[in-house]
Amino acid sequence: MLQDKKVIIIGDRDGIPGPAIEECVKTAGADVVFASTECFV
Amino acid sequence: MDLENQKRVLELSEKFGKENVVVVLGASEAETAGLAAETVAAGDPTYAGPLAGVSLGLAVYHIFELKEEVDADVYDEQCGMMEMVLDVDAIGAEVKTIRDQYSKF
Repeated sequence: MLQDKKVIIIGDRDGIPGPAIEECVKTAGADVVFASTECFV
Repeated sequence: MDLENQKRVLELSEKFGKENVVVVLGASEAETAGLAAETVAAGDPTYAGPLAGVSLGLAVYHIFELKEEVDADVYDEQCGMMEMVLDVDAIGAEVKTIRDQYSKF
């Protein structure tokens, strides 16, 4: 599903932050093109 | 979703092609996950950012929905703790509803 896809990550400081998602999706063959961590406070 | 991030989503989907882009969310609540998913699939529901009125139809998932796709040890290390405290089912259901309704890819 993520193999060779260009992945945009919108993480959440109170949920799963961007860098953590990046580590995960890379193992599924994704090409991360942008990763951010939002803060809703 | 933060306006700067909306701008980046728009630029990157134009650069790589909407069919090649997947958005992965890390939101802590079903409501915020749903709003972010709606923003990248149907357009900004708050009409505040660059995606207002722009229906990109991007594929969008919460990282919790991708557990089976990811290396189990890495997932456990990066998401295991939050998976125990957040409402995984509600978040996944909300994002899936938006995806089924608006995602075109």
